[in-house]
Amino acid sequence: MTVKVSLPYDKDYVSNFSQGLNEPDWMTSLRLNALDKAESLEMPKPDKTNIKDWNFTEFKHHVEGEAINSIQDLPEQMLNLLDQDKEQQNLILQRNHSVAFSNLDSSLEEQGVIFTDIQTAIRDHSDLVEKYYMTEAVHVDEHRLTALHAALMNGGIFLYVPKNVTIKEPLQTIFWQEDPEAALVNHVLVVAEENSSVTYVENYTSDNKEEKTSANTITEVFAKAGAKVSFGAVDNFEAGTTVYANRRGVTDRDAVIEWALGLMNEGNTVSENITHLIGDNSQSQAKTVTIGRGAQKQNFTANITHFGKGSDGYILQHGVMKDKSSGIFNGIGKIEHGASKSNAEQESRVLMLSKDARGDANPILLIDEDDVTAGHAASVGRVDPMQLFYLMSRGISKFEAERLIIHGFLAPVVNQLPIEAVKQQLRQLIERKVY
Amino acid sequence: MAGSTLEIKDLHVEIEGQEILKGVNLTVKGGEFHAVMGPNGTGKSTLASAIMGHPKFEVTQGQVLLDGEDVLEMEVDERAQAGLFLAMQYPSEISGVTNSDFLRSSINAHREEGDEISLMKFIKEMDAAMDTLDMDKNMAQRYLNEGFSGGEKKRNEILQLMMIQPAIAILDEIDSGLDIDALKVVAKGINEMRSENFGCLTITHYQRLLNYITPDKVHVMMQGRVVKSGGPELAERLEAEGYDWIKQELGIEDETISQKA
Ligand SMILES: Nc1ncnc2c1ncn2[C@@H]1O[C@H](COP(=O)(O)OP(=O)(O)O)[C@@H](O)[C@H]1O
Ligand SMILES: [Mg+2]
Repeated sequence: MTVKVSLPYDKDYVSNFSQGLNEPDWMTSLRLNALDKAESLEMPKPDKTNIKDWNFTEFKHHVEGEAINSIQDLPEQMLNLLDQDKEQQNLILQRNHSVAFSNLDSSLEEQGVIFTDIQTAIRDHSDLVEKYYMTEAVHVDEHRLTALHAALMNGGIFLYVPKNVTIKEPLQTIFWQEDPEAALVNHVLVVAEENSSVTYVENYTSDNKEEKTSANTITEVFAKAGAKVSFGAVDNFEAGTTVYANRRGVTDRDAVIEWALGLMNEGNTVSENITHLIGDNSQSQAKTVTIGRGAQKQNFTANITHFGKGSDGYILQHGVMKDKSSGIFNGIGKIEHGASKSNAEQESRVLMLSKDARGDANPILLIDEDDVTAGHAASVGRVDPMQLFYLMSRGISKFEAERLIIHGFLAPVVNQLPIEAVKQQLRQLIERKVY
Repeated sequence: MAGSTLEIKDLHVEIEGQEILKGVNLTVKGGEFHAVMGPNGTGKSTLASAIMGHPKFEVTQGQVLLDGEDVLEMEVDERAQAGLFLAMQYPSEISGVTNSDFLRSSINAHREEGDEISLMKFIKEMDAAMDTLDMDKNMAQRYLNEGFSGGEKKRNEILQLMMIQPAIAILDEIDSGLDIDALKVVAKGINEMRSENFGCLTITHYQRLLNYITPDKVHVMMQGRVVKSGGPELAERLEAEGYDWIKQELGIEDETISQKA
């Protein structure tokens, strides 16, 4: 039995929206098709988290954002996310649903690098986007939220790195939900062609403590043979935004995708990070850190699935839970039949700072092949009294000792972020959320 | 200022309801090196941990005074700030916290707010101490004790000792698991600390270390008490003859802490 649900935006709205953007036919029909499905598909069912009453349907779908002439005109909150001493910023700032600022090093442009907002990409690089857009990594009909995403997509980024191009400086995007009720339904598509290499960092930020909205974001990363993609993110939506964040990767032969995700939302959040290691000897490291506070409920899935021989996957999930927050951590290492000589490692650890908080670490290894190695470690616990004793025996106060231990616990992602300002921002967020 | 004085008076300590220390008396003054020796399981680490304020140990009777101040009333960090230091037998590993960040926090914890050590001075002092201890400079950027070998952990404890410059240090089995070269290096670090303003209580069950850091006084622990004290010659006799003669002299059959109090 399927239950039809009424969605806030109908066929007319969606087709007008698509036409207003001058989208090619394939996109318009993808949207309409998805809208149709969204009505009947089930909601996703994250393990041990009931999202039935979460807000994924009440929001403003389209809000303009004012353009900015130069980086210096950015509000402080955004400036703090940039390494300002760098002359050349490879940066896109999305303000609500408009591009407010955008800059790409001209030498990268000359090499054929595309770094632009998704709507421009759909018009100017239609074939390229069509090939990858919800075809292989994420599918429209997985559940109601993927379908809703496809129907209502209203922002995001396209990053394309041609064969053999190595980009040294990181590319950065700031997604600013300035309007307290704007919904970011962002699609980020990263395609790294053979033997290319790129580092991308994105920031999500909003201020809506009270006003309700939601974000439904999907990221698809393709690393072709021998390519390397380092993907960093700091998600920092305020409490009013309910978040569904889905980040997927696909690796070809000898490719590498590294995820470093600081999931610092204040509202209810479902985060999924799945990588398919398709090619032989491909690799992925998926690291996430998070802090839960207040009455926040969060569900984190990290999954690396091995198809290629000799593929290597490492999952790290570290969470700090305080107040009455709840965090479910599912770490899944899956080795398919035929993926011999693969290695699946994972580590899920939850640090509990309050007795009313809930933390669940669920490490799962699903192995369908004999000739492999795998391992997992999971723990849920309090700050180790012996560690505290050790630090305090050097004169360090209890408060400072705990602080050091917590920052250390979250360091695996902080240290991996390639932009110093973003690193600092994540440290400050940790500081603010823990104390 | 002359050195500090640590006085341990009739100290009784319990862990999980079992009495481990049954009345320890000991005084260490600035300028003095004391050695506490004794077979395994006689309460040496318990003594060290209880003085520093280990959360599992409960003091049920007696006093610990540092320059007349009641140490047992202090929190662990206050004890350190008052001048005590414990090199632990099994130092904790703390992931994500670099050795150098930890050391700097430790040093600053001993200084007034606004009078923190400058980065330059800190690095200079750390480099010098690491040279003395023959430590790889990369150890500064590694996470605190994480993946350190046994010997590296011991050196790292002495590095902290040298940087923090406490008034009174207790070194618990600082020599265990060290080969002879490492032992010499660690002894060199400890000897550099020697001054009128530094008192040291070294716990060991080998005489070996004492060849390099000559103690002024030697104490033997059995059954949770100091049962014999003497000069360096006591350690030499223990080395040559073992502990049996003391047990005979005192009529002790089992030197460890009996399960029934
Ligand atoms: N954490 C602990 N829990 C329970 N018993 C302990 C603990 N630490 C020490 N003990 C007991 O206290 C006694 C003395 O131990 P310890 O002080 O470590 O001796 P030493 O350092 O002389 O080898 C032993 O009987 C030991 O089993
Ligand atoms: Mg011991």
